[in-house]
Amino acid sequence: MSAAEVTAVPEGRGGRMNRAQIVNAALALGLLGFGLVAWAMGETFLVTLATKVAILAIAGAGLNLVLGFGGLVSFGHAAYFGLGGYSAGILAHHALNYTPMFEWPFLFEGTTSMPVIWITAMVIGALAAALIGALSLRTTGVYFIMITLAFGQMIFYFAISWPAYGGEDGLPIYVRNGFPGLNTLDPVQFFGLTCAVLFAVLGLIAMLAHSRFGLALQAARQNRQRLMAVGIRPGGVLLVAFVISGAITALAGALYADLNRFVSPSMLSWHLSGELLVFLILGGTGRLFAPLAGAGLYITLEHLLGGVSDHWQFFFGLLLLGVVLFARGGVIGFLAGGKRHG
Amino acid sequence: MSMILLIEQLLNGLQSGLMLFLMAAGLTLVFGVMGLINLAHGSLYMVGAFACAGVAAATGSFWLGLAASIAAAAAAGAIVEVAVIRRLYRRDHLDQVLATFALILIFSEGTRWLYGSFPLYLNVPEALSGSVTLPGGIRYSLFRLAIIGAGLAVAVGLFLLIGKTRIGVQVRAGEADREMIAALGVDIRRLYTLVFALGAALAGMAGALVGTIQSVQVGMGEPVLILAFVVIVIGGIGSIKGALIGALLVGLTDTMGRVLLPSVFELFMETSAATSVGAALASMAIYILMALVLIVKPGGLFGARA
Repeated sequence: MSAAEVTAVPEGRGGRMNRAQIVNAALALGLLGFGLVAWAMGETFLVTLATKVAILAIAGAGLNLVLGFGGLVSFGHAAYFGLGGYSAGILAHHALNYTPMFEWPFLFEGTTSMPVIWITAMVIGALAAALIGALSLRTTGVYFIMITLAFGQMIFYFAISWPAYGGEDGLPIYVRNGFPGLNTLDPVQFFGLTCAVLFAVLGLIAMLAHSRFGLALQAARQNRQRLMAVGIRPGGVLLVAFVISGAITALAGALYADLNRFVSPSMLSWHLSGELLVFLILGGTGRLFAPLAGAGLYITLEHLLGGVSDHWQFFFGLLLLGVVLFARGGVIGFLAGGKRHG
Repeated sequence: MSMILLIEQLLNGLQSGLMLFLMAAGLTLVFGVMGLINLAHGSLYMVGAFACAGVAAATGSFWLGLAASIAAAAAAGAIVEVAVIRRLYRRDHLDQVLATFALILIFSEGTRWLYGSFPLYLNVPEALSGSVTLPGGIRYSLFRLAIIGAGLAVAVGLFLLIGKTRIGVQVRAGEADREMIAALGVDIRRLYTLVFALGAALAGMAGALVGTIQSVQVGMGEPVLILAFVVIVIGGIGSIKGALIGALLVGLTDTMGRVLLPSVFELFMETSAATSVGAALASMAIYILMALVLIVKPGGLFGARA
């Protein structure tokens, strides 16, 4: 492996870089444009749909950090998404019901302030990812897939059987939490806020990917032995990436809870973990904008196919099978060219 | 807690463990021999249950239904192997996960299309209905007892098949070195299809038997699939013995946890709080068991590879 290959960023280099950047810019503008045009036409439902795409793209971006760059197939990212969602739900629940969350060591009454909720969600997501990651990263390959899936299920069943916060029925958030200076109940303002978070997250990941840490992370995917040979422990790099990834996905979960004003164990279900993986493969694994492309395509298909048949998942399954078997590289690979890394 | 209830729950744990073994055995064989992670294994379990329900309803005979479940699941497994799975052996695990995830969507939605969303119920065959009195005066469902017997018989048969027969030798050789056995003139493609169909048949049988106790519905295979993954992680990938021990551990931990943990917490908590804490912890017990095994032996109890 030459030095140039190690420093290769997922967008590719030279002439292709421009093409990938054009596709990325088109995706970002497409999301913003879709949301704003829908708002101008008074189609509130479509604005909400675009918000959903942005939020799922944030969750996918969290997964992309470990999967696309670090090569870890985590099949349990719904855990962090759901924990983020429950952070938002539980904090708002206590604040809205005026029941203090805890009185020791200090009185805490919950909150309806998004920034506080986001930080809490990210800390909880990071802690869960640190714990699960520390155990799961002892293994590789298929073991890793099955173990992350199993830990995700553990949290799912815990949420179902713990009655304090709604159990199987879920927990409603009566009023969407607030953000200083914005009216989050206005769909387009909430849409703008989620887009800002999405682009901040993508910017952070781009920055990470180019940093020394990001290069070590990509090297951990390509060749662990070589990474060790240059004096970096792959386990540490991968665990840090896993923790950041958990925090980002939890942030998306908090936003998703506020979008639906409802949290339920379905946010923790393994189907959601699978869907996050599907976003990345549809978008093009390892590409910075893959989660946005994939989530956008998925939600569009769900909306279009769902209108044609109740059994749209049957046709979606066939399509997904076709993409996996015959069209590797996803949407961005198709539009921007360039080979898959890894 | 009375002794009788405890023994009854032990038997229930044994029964669910043996059914898990039928699922896990197929998964672990497919992974050991072909290096493939198959999420759609739960769908084959569902296919078996629906085939049993359909044929039993049409003919009135549970036994024909059971035979149909094994045949249908094996056939579905063979078809899926030839049409899809075969293309995935050389792919990375991510592609395998996504392609078999797509198969789950197709199977689940296809079944919902054909049968609707309402659960179907199977009748226990007349010869096995009612209960028996075991030594010590414990009354236990005859059908569940028969399932335990069937599970044990299949386990013994599988060990003999893998350990003593020519096909078993080929399977084990395939696990060790697939190029070499192909070079020795074994038709490796046919062997793969056979192993996959065998695993599918076991899953289909488990689906029919468990479906008779519980209910037959779309999505019934998914919780079992994930439990089977936990079993394999505990037992070690590729090991039939590990799958058996892991399945019994998981079945017993799960069943006993649900019964015992609430009463353990009742010793120092109020009843209602103890019930909810106990139930919540019991739902996590097998995953905690898995985490403990991982800390001590990351490759599983009998795993050859990590």
